[in-house]
Formats: sequence, structure tokens, C-alpha cells
Amino acid sequence: MTAAIGAWLDDRLRVRAVRDFLAHKLVPVERSIWYYFGGVSLFLFGVQVATGILLLLYYRPAPDSAFESVRFIMGHVRFGWLVRSVHAWAANLMIAGVFTHFFSVFFLKAYRPPREVTWLTGCGLLGCTLAFGFSGYLLPWNQLAFFATKVGTDIVGEVPVVGPALRFVLRGGENVGGATLTRFFGFHVALLPLATTLLLLVHLALVQLHGMSEPQGGRRRPVRHMPFYPHFVLREALVWLAVLGVLVVLATFFPWELGEKADPFASAPSGIRPEWYFTFMSQTFKYVPARLFGLEGEQVAILGFAAIFALLVLVPFLDRRAARGEPSPLVTAGGVLLLGFMVVMTLLAYLKPY
Amino acid sequence: MRPGAVIVAMVLLVAGTAPVRGEDSCVQCHKELPDPLGAPVAGMQRDVHATVGLSCADCHGGDPKDPGMSAMDAAKGFVGKPERGRIPEFCGRCHADEGYMRRFNPRLPVDQLATYWTSVHGQRLRQGDTAVATCVSCHGVHGILPASDASSPVYKMNVPETCGRCHADAQYMAAYHIPTNQLAQYQRSIHGQTLLVGRDPAAPACNDCHGNHGAFPPGARSVAAVCGQCHAFNKDLFLASPHHAAFDRLGLPECVTCHGNHLVVQTSDEMLGVGATAVCVSCHAPGSAGYAAAERMRLAVDRLKDAVAAAERTVARAAAAGMEVSDAEAALQSAREDLVKTRTQVHAFDPASLVKMADAGVQTATAAAHAGEEALVELRNRRWMALIPLSLIALVGALLYLKVRELS
Repeated sequence: MTAAIGAWLDDRLRVRAVRDFLAHKLVPVERSIWYYFGGVSLFLFGVQVATGILLLLYYRPAPDSAFESVRFIMGHVRFGWLVRSVHAWAANLMIAGVFTHFFSVFFLKAYRPPREVTWLTGCGLLGCTLAFGFSGYLLPWNQLAFFATKVGTDIVGEVPVVGPALRFVLRGGENVGGATLTRFFGFHVALLPLATTLLLLVHLALVQLHGMSEPQGGRRRPVRHMPFYPHFVLREALVWLAVLGVLVVLATFFPWELGEKADPFASAPSGIRPEWYFTFMSQTFKYVPARLFGLEGEQVAILGFAAIFALLVLVPFLDRRAARGEPSPLVTAGGVLLLGFMVVMTLLAYLKPY
Repeated sequence: MRPGAVIVAMVLLVAGTAPVRGEDSCVQCHKELPDPLGAPVAGMQRDVHATVGLSCADCHGGDPKDPGMSAMDAAKGFVGKPERGRIPEFCGRCHADEGYMRRFNPRLPVDQLATYWTSVHGQRLRQGDTAVATCVSCHGVHGILPASDASSPVYKMNVPETCGRCHADAQYMAAYHIPTNQLAQYQRSIHGQTLLVGRDPAAPACNDCHGNHGAFPPGARSVAAVCGQCHAFNKDLFLASPHHAAFDRLGLPECVTCHGNHLVVQTSDEMLGVGATAVCVSCHAPGSAGYAAAERMRLAVDRLKDAVAAAERTVARAAAAGMEVSDAEAALQSAREDLVKTRTQVHAFDPASLVKMADAGVQTATAAAHAGEEALVELRNRRWMALIPLSLIALVGALLYLKVRELS
């Protein structure tokens, strides 16, 4: 009977081809811990999609009802508190997972040919993840989110030439208001999911096409492998389960607070700072002189970050030594410097906020 | 050489140097003179009158186009410096003229002179006492700023010091036989602290109770009306209370009897009841109906205060744990408002109505505390319930781990 169903499915879905592909797919064993973070990010994206759809059942994207609808979800909808808390925590874990994946791929030089396009789609996914964080933060329409968005969009407005226009588009007007909320909602539930899904499909297809990248130096000694299925899949499932456990603990023992409703006429709350994944940038702005190279200090900092991001995106084409399979210590040193800078600035933002 | 002779010599010297024709000759000459004759020129640079285009001659008369000493000829309308006793009328020539004032500031009242004559200052001036305050005593002269200017002596925050320049000067006030501790007391009062330390312009300065141009001490029977300008509910309750008639009969100055006048301190529940700090016992002896009423009202207020504090602790604990307690906080806010209303209700001096109001507040506070407790119970339940998925995750994880080990 089972064989008959299998044959019926195989005739129509070519299941055997997939099974054969998985049976022969191999994953390097060395430094394998770093191979899990892509999967963890994927798992958390799935959690976000599921909890996000549930939140959509009650959420209302308007200034006079957004905060109230989230409060209703947390206080009156059965398990609403859990769904909202998991969504908020999973968002943060996902950003941490994507950053870890990004830097592990960078330091393992997994962007080497023929995986340049995989790297580019990954960079796009990192951008989408950060945009998800930025847009989703405003949706509960609370005081901190309102002012963080105001500051964040102000920084966008500092981008030379296109800044003011970009800020206008993001805000839907001169100021953060109802128009900003509705378009952030649109970005968060339509535009970004669409872009992320498309990029993710290409990213995953390329990962399957090229297989897992082997660590550099593999040519000097033979790299040990394990079968993707079931060995790697079971390990991945174990990691996903652990992440799920962490999510349950965080959501239950440290419920995500809602804060106070946004009041556009109130003064900005003290100690305001963006979400932790943007603090390295906001902290940098504090140390940049008011004028630099004939430009506003903030403009120079923005251009600097843009240049660094451009270098990161283009690293597969710039790192010719890695492309030849040789060690590229200069690129590694640059990555260590950047990561160190981000960590130090983030710590400073929390330890020395003023 | 005497100072007067020096000034005369300087006047003659300046008079010899002809001012530029077409410019204001008053300014041209006086700016070269030493103080006090030169001071008005410097002061007028910021003066509100100068900012609307008025010059020396608009007040003092004379001909500013005449470059010689003849500019100050009485025939040209020169009136010079007015005598101190004539200053109110001197200023009132314009400030009591509605038609003239409309050209500059139609919103500015023109009743200052009329109300000044009703003030103690004005009445004494009419009796020949020129030591009393006139317009320039408070507003200054040559350098007069609008009351909205923070540098003006009549700017809200500066009024107490301005009044105190005379009223806190024991030597100056000796002839009037009135206290001189008002400023010191006011500075320690809740009004003074709020205005001068808290920089809150909503708090009253001297003129808010005494009037400004018509400054007059309120009589015993009008104290409630004065305080009631801001404390409207308290006034209404007091006027309808048995204390109103009793105080009037005894000649007690209404609100001031319990709260004091210049030294109005921050009220507290300690003022109510029969304790050592309660003001009620200064009139009501033990065993009297008033004594029992005071005790009953204090107990009711304390009961509500304790209920609100207990609810606040519970709701705060639930909120700190991340629970959604907006309903509890709304009930708590309502209970806090009940406490404010109950404290205000004291001024009706009617224990029955106060106890009823306090009991309603206690019920609201209890409901808030209950909602907070429910949130805490819910939090505990959630944490226990989380053990189920966590156990399942641990179980499946353990099985997966064993399988991975087996495959390895």
C-alpha cells in the first residue's frame, strides 16, 4: 500500500528524484556549527510568518487604533500575549541569526566562486531583515517606537542628495504620522515578505545547486563529510528545537512590553535609542564631528557606512586571493575590524548612553 | 566742587555743542551727560515705549527738534520730571486714554489708574503719603519692559521680589506697622516653591491674591473668593459648609484659618483628624461633635489612601513582569482621582458625604488590585504551562540527539 502511494506520488511529483538528491548531498563536518545559522534564520523567518499572520487577524494599522489593537491582542485574545511576544522575540533572534550567518559566511570565505550570487542574495536578505525590524518596530505605535522612527528617518534624511526625498517617501509626509504607520505596515506585511521570499527561493536554490561551501584549506587535507539527510537534517532539527525552546522561555518569562501609546506632541522620552541592531550606527553619529570634509558629520558617517556595505556586498569580486583558494588575511582583518567596531559601539551605546 | 555744580557745568558744556539738526535733541544732549541725567538715554534703548516709537518728549513734553536749551521751555509743553505724588496721573495721561492706547496695544487694559486709586497705595497717596508705591516703584522708569519680559520687575517670577523690595524692608515699613515677613514666608510656601523653584507660572504671586494696580489685603470674608479663583471646588464646598457661617460669625479669615496666608504649606492628610499636627483640634475639643467628625473623616481618607497604595504595588508588580494591565491601571487611575476628590470633599466638613465618596474609591482601588492580582496569577500560570511545550521540546530533542549519536 505504502509502495503504491509512493509510486503514485513519484509519477506525479518526482519524489524519488528529490530523495536521491538528498541522499547524495553531502555537508562538510569541519566547523559545522556555522552551517546551522542559515537554517536557524530560515526557521525564525517561518516563525515570523506564522505569528505575523496570526497578529494580522486583530492588528489595525491606524494611529488611533494600532496601539489599542496590540493591547487587545495581549490582554483579551486567547494566547495573543504568546503570539505577540514570540513575534517580537523571534524578530530579534532572527536578526541575531542573520548577522551570525552573514559574518560566518564572510570569515569562512564561502562567497568564493561559484557562490557570488548566493552571497549577493544573502546581502539582500540581510537588508530585508533589517528593514523588517525597522518597519515592524513602529507598528505597535508606542512612544519609544514613534521617536525611534522619527530619529531613524531623520538619519535617512541626512543622506546626501536623495536623503530628503527618501525621508519624505518613508514618512509619507514631512513628519512621522498616520501615513508613516500605514506605509510601514505595507512594507512589513506585503513588500518585504514578497522580496524576502523571492530572494530566499533563489538563495536556497543556489545553496542546493552549489552545495555547502567547504572551508578554505580543504585542499591541504581531505575534508570529512556527512550526508545531508538524515545526518545534517536531524542535527538542524535539534538546533531548531533548541531555538524554539529559547523562544518559549523568553516569551513566557520575559513578555515583550507594550509601553505607552505614542504621543506626537510629547517630548522625546529620555534615553531614547534605536533597536540594538542599529545602535552601532546611532552611537557612531555621536562621535562624528559636526563638520567633516566640508560636509555634515552625519552625512560623512552615512557615506562611510554605505561604502563599507558596498565593499561587503562586492567582496566576492574584490577578494581575488580567496577566489584562487588562497588565504586572504587582509579581508579577514577588515572583517574583524568591522565586527569589533560594531560590538564596541553597541556596548558603548548601552554602557555610556550620554 | 559739589556734584550739583558738576552737573550744571556739564549741561552748560553740552548746551554749547549744538546737536545735529533733525535728530532728537533730548537724546543728543542727555547721552553726553553723566548719571542721573544720562541714564534715561541708556535705559530707553530697551524701553517698551521706545519700541513703539515714543520718545522723551511724548512723556516729558518739550520740542525734540529744537537743538538748544529752549527745547525744555514750558511754553513748548515741557513738564520735566514729575513729582513722585503725581506719577500715577503722569502715566495715566496715556494709559487711561483708551483711544490713544488703541494705537499701540488695543489689548492692554486702561483701568490701571482707576484701580490704583482703589488700592491701599493709591488711597494713602491721596492722603499725602508719597512713600507708597507708584507706577515706577514696580515697573521701573526709562527701561520699562512688558510684563511678559523675563527681565521685567513685574514678570510673574519677579513679582515677589519686587513687592518685597518695600514690604520686606523693616525700616521702610516701620511707619505702617505691618509685618515684613511676607516675602520670607511666601518663599517657603507651596505657592512660592512652585513659582520660584519649580518655575511654574500657574502658581500665584503676590498680585494674584492681592491684585496688582488695585493691591489691597483681602478682608476676612473675601478670603474664600480670593483662594477660590484657583481652588474653585474647595471654595464651593467651603461656602456651603457649616464652617462658612461659623467662621464669619467668629471673624475668622476663612481658608487662612487652617492653611495660613503667605506661608501656605503643602497640604497633607496630617492636617486632618485629631493628631498632633491636625488643624481641626485647634478649635474642636475632645468629646465634641466636631472632634468626632474630624476623626471619622481622617479614618476614611486613610482607608482609601491605603487601598490605593496597595493596588499600586500589585499593579506595578504585574506591569514590571511585562503583563498587560491597562484595565487595572485605568481602575487605579480612577481610584487615585477618587482620593483627590475625597480630600477635596474635606472642605464640605460633612463626614457622611466624605465617607460615602471614600468607600466608593476603596471599591475602585480594590477592583484595580484584584485585576493586578489576576494578572500575576495569569503570569504564574503561563510559566507553569510553559513547562508542557518545554518538556515536549526536551523529549523530542533528547530522542533526536540519541538518533544523531547513533548515526555518528
